[in-house]
Amino acid sequence: MNRIPVTKTPKVYIGGAFVRSESARTFKVNDATGAFFGNIPQCTRKDLRNAVEAAAKAGPGWARRSPYNRAQILYRLAEMLEARSGELVTSLVRFGAREADAARGMSVGVDRLIHYAGWADKYEQLLGSVNPVASAHFSFTVTEPMGVVGIISPDNPPLLSLLSMLAPVIACGNTVVALASEKVPYPAILLGEMLATSDLPGGVVNILTGFRRELVPTFATHAHLRAVYAAANGEERKAIRLGAAASVKRVRFTDIIGKEWFADSAQGLEAIRDFVEVKTTWHPIGS
Amino acid sequence: MAATRKTSGGTRPGLIFGDLWEFDPAPETADPKLKSRYDLFIDGRFVRPRSGRTFDSINPANERKLAEIALAGPADVDAAYRAAGRAFRGWAATPGRERGKYLFRIARLLQDRAREFAVAETLDGGKPIRESRDFDVPMAAAHFFYHAGWADKLEYVAPGRIAGPLGVVGQVIPWNFPLLMLAWKLAPALAMGNCVVLKPAETTSITALKLAEILQDAGLPPGVVNFVTGAGETGAAVMGHPGAAKVAFTGSTEVGKAIMRQLAGTDRKMTMELGGKAANIVFDDAPIDQAVEGIVNGIFFNQGHVCCAGSRLLVHEPVAEQVISRLRNRVRVLRVGDPLDKNTDLGAINSREQLGRIRRLVASGVREGAQMYQPPCRLPERGYYFPPTLFTRVTQSHRIAREEIFGPVLSILTFRTVDEAIEKANNTPYGLSAGVWTDKGSRILRMATELKAGVVWANTFNKFDPSSPFGGYKESGFGREGGRQGLLDYAHLA
Amino acid sequence: MPRTSQTALSRLLDEVGAVDQVGVEERVAKFATRSIKKASKVWGLRMAVSMTDLTTLEGKDTPGKIESLCRKALRPHDDPDVPAVAAVCVYPSMVRHAKALVGGSGVNVASVATAFPSGQTHYRTRLAEVRGAVADGADEVDMVINRGAFLSGEFSRVQDEIAGVVEACGASALKVILEVSELETFDNIRMASFLAMGVLRPGDFIKTSTGKTTLNATLANNQVMIEAIRDFYMDTGVAVGMKPAGGIKTAKQALHFLVAVKETLGDAWLTRRRYRFGASSLLNDLLRQIEKEKTGAYQAPYYFSDAAESY
Repeated sequence: MNRIPVTKTPKVYIGGAFVRSESARTFKVNDATGAFFGNIPQCTRKDLRNAVEAAAKAGPGWARRSPYNRAQILYRLAEMLEARSGELVTSLVRFGAREADAARGMSVGVDRLIHYAGWADKYEQLLGSVNPVASAHFSFTVTEPMGVVGIISPDNPPLLSLLSMLAPVIACGNTVVALASEKVPYPAILLGEMLATSDLPGGVVNILTGFRRELVPTFATHAHLRAVYAAANGEERKAIRLGAAASVKRVRFTDIIGKEWFADSAQGLEAIRDFVEVKTTWHPIGS
Repeated sequence: MAATRKTSGGTRPGLIFGDLWEFDPAPETADPKLKSRYDLFIDGRFVRPRSGRTFDSINPANERKLAEIALAGPADVDAAYRAAGRAFRGWAATPGRERGKYLFRIARLLQDRAREFAVAETLDGGKPIRESRDFDVPMAAAHFFYHAGWADKLEYVAPGRIAGPLGVVGQVIPWNFPLLMLAWKLAPALAMGNCVVLKPAETTSITALKLAEILQDAGLPPGVVNFVTGAGETGAAVMGHPGAAKVAFTGSTEVGKAIMRQLAGTDRKMTMELGGKAANIVFDDAPIDQAVEGIVNGIFFNQGHVCCAGSRLLVHEPVAEQVISRLRNRVRVLRVGDPLDKNTDLGAINSREQLGRIRRLVASGVREGAQMYQPPCRLPERGYYFPPTLFTRVTQSHRIAREEIFGPVLSILTFRTVDEAIEKANNTPYGLSAGVWTDKGSRILRMATELKAGVVWANTFNKFDPSSPFGGYKESGFGREGGRQGLLDYAHLA
Repeated sequence: MPRTSQTALSRLLDEVGAVDQVGVEERVAKFATRSIKKASKVWGLRMAVSMTDLTTLEGKDTPGKIESLCRKALRPHDDPDVPAVAAVCVYPSMVRHAKALVGGSGVNVASVATAFPSGQTHYRTRLAEVRGAVADGADEVDMVINRGAFLSGEFSRVQDEIAGVVEACGASALKVILEVSELETFDNIRMASFLAMGVLRPGDFIKTSTGKTTLNATLANNQVMIEAIRDFYMDTGVAVGMKPAGGIKTAKQALHFLVAVKETLGDAWLTRRRYRFGASSLLNDLLRQIEKEKTGAYQAPYYFSDAAESY
């Protein structure tokens, strides 16, 4: 008799814990062969609300950590992903990815995390400045994290795009509430497990699963989200901008699609610059 | 309302710092995993020197031999440069992202073996285990980690220019922070894509050769980094070899000048990080206890074997007595002794030679009429030790105010005005660092503007970070280490 | 009014000097690296026991609870080499019960007073409470300063109120709680320390906190206060004691505090006459470490009387 395997109950990673949706709703996900895979939490706007609270609670501590510390944690996350890349590739393939693409996506994803780990203690020197003002003042400009940032990632490639979007945002001290791919949510569930074992404090990254049409409006209007970073079509973009206006939310859309996520052009300093505030301070120079 | 009643004159009450609560010995017991003999590290392997000669490395805490170190002759230095030259093509062509990952590995492996390296560093050089454990080793790992992240971001190093490697760089480092100086030199050079031939100081070669094991474990391609151990002759060979596109030297100003003379007539790029005689300036509105702590850190950290040590205290006359009396109380509780004891604050002087130099300069201070204070302390019978020493009534004309002592000796001068403080602070051929202690922000910024020093510490001292550029003005050298600015010194800009 | 308080503040700050927070944190980090072993560890642990003000300050305190506390205070453990604690610290209504049990034993009765912990009642009420506690037999009184007055810049008032409490104490010693969490800055803590010491007598104490807020004694605020005590002593010859209270739960922490005293105030302050720990669960951790040094084996918490942990 063949051994019956134990299937995993998919739960979402919010506030450092693995939970079901507060609504207790789930939606069925089948693998690429059409076979039943699992019931994924169908998150509600209340889950989103809870996630934003968790992210806000984790925010001050994360922002106060030294850039070196954040860099080390991002690197450790890369270590976790690398060590379990086999499992991640398997899950991507299970949901329809070509093996070669999935493997390449994993390598790119790990290296991308390391790329942003390496930015954490460097971007300040490039984005900040000492300003040569005409008066007897020392004028300096520094960056600061914005706060809680909402991320809406695309369906393809499901894991690499999510990693590519959240890494720069947390590297500079923000905390994140992310919506995973609607069609291929399971790799994001696994990502949650790796976040939990990476020394990343609970609440810094929170990942929801569910339906875009149910959640995107709340991403747009929740006033405590200081920014939204989304992969979205024309209609969604308009809705997001409309909802964001009430809280003067900073809105960024990514135009990267599909295979473009694999390229080096999909990473860089600009992704960090988009999610920092800029503050200039003056002080007299004298005796 | 009486807040504090300041007494003027009369007998002041004293504090008792005695032996009511004597600490038991608290030796660090981790195994440094030392070998009895260390060979040269060339082309990814440990090799004997052509001459077969070795020299001894001794533990300055007890004068006992620790290991035999290979002595590299000119032929070995040449072999190292050739190995580096061969490795350069492949290394420079390695994508930055992959080069960076080697450096990340080195950082992590060093963190794994941190305690072992800290003990080895203390045994070989004499610094207290608390410092090698809490400062040297973690900071060395941080340098590798920081620079690893630059390797794939070179397009940001010099806006508008393409930054690439220079080729093979020759590096000579000092004995005061052996592993850390090694990290300061290797990390930026490798991040930029250069290959390296490096000579550690002759009294402290061990942690470099232990790091070579880590380079092997990290899979660093052979020849990218080569270590040739030896003394002055070996150093001259490293600096003078025609294969070096650039040389970097950290050490005394005297030797730095000799190297500059040696290299006159070549086009060799060079950076120098030399000596210092930093002024630590305390104003009357400074938070006094924290200033005292800063003064103590400034001159007694690493027994004063620090190029940027705050070896001159310039104290504002109105608070001179207060500061000096608190300083005396503070040094009375400094613990001098076995560097391997976790409670030791001041360890051993690095070598007999250095101890001799310190003694000679201190004697000159006494002879020239300065007032010396040393707290009572029991020094171990064997080993090279010197107690923390304060000199008051020092003026700019004293030798101890002008010459670098490189020991736990503080020369204390006074000043009356801000302008005078600036004058006195800048009145030196050196210009590595300076300290400013005041509660007034605008004064900090003015002092920072006017002090001729590459590093100014305000209300703090001896703070280092891989992202923060470090280096001197005038005879303290040129070039910077750390930050984006430090990378430029290892870059070829196209 | 703001103008007056501004001037008074800068005058006071000028007199006592400012404190750099980062600098203090760095200094005290070194205390925490001291490694205290063997005989010196046992010495430190026993000293800490003898310095403990064993405390119960709960709304639900009863004579029965006080009896339990006092028995523990008199004889913390079966080991004859373990000393008694310095004092028991209780609410005014419990002073009589405590005194009946420990009076004459060498263990003092300390009473909180002056509307502890907030201090927010009329001054005459606060004074009456002090007199009552002293009349009931309190050997020591732990008062709270008027933080509202301090933060509005009414420094004379703060000091005068303390002076009044000193008088009301008579022969009993006074400990002045600054409530560091509400003063927030180290500059404020230093200023408040000097305000208090200006009217204290040798044998009185300044104290960090009530233990009723979320931030209590740390090595850093302890350092600010003992440096103030040292400076005051050097200026006037008056030796005031120090009591960190709340937040010190482990023997290891207590030893670090003692290192701070040793290196800042020196040997003369390593005595219960000039240093106290305001604590409750600390005592059992001290005993636990003493027993471990004696037997070589790590101890479980439930080997010690009055331990809360059952697991």
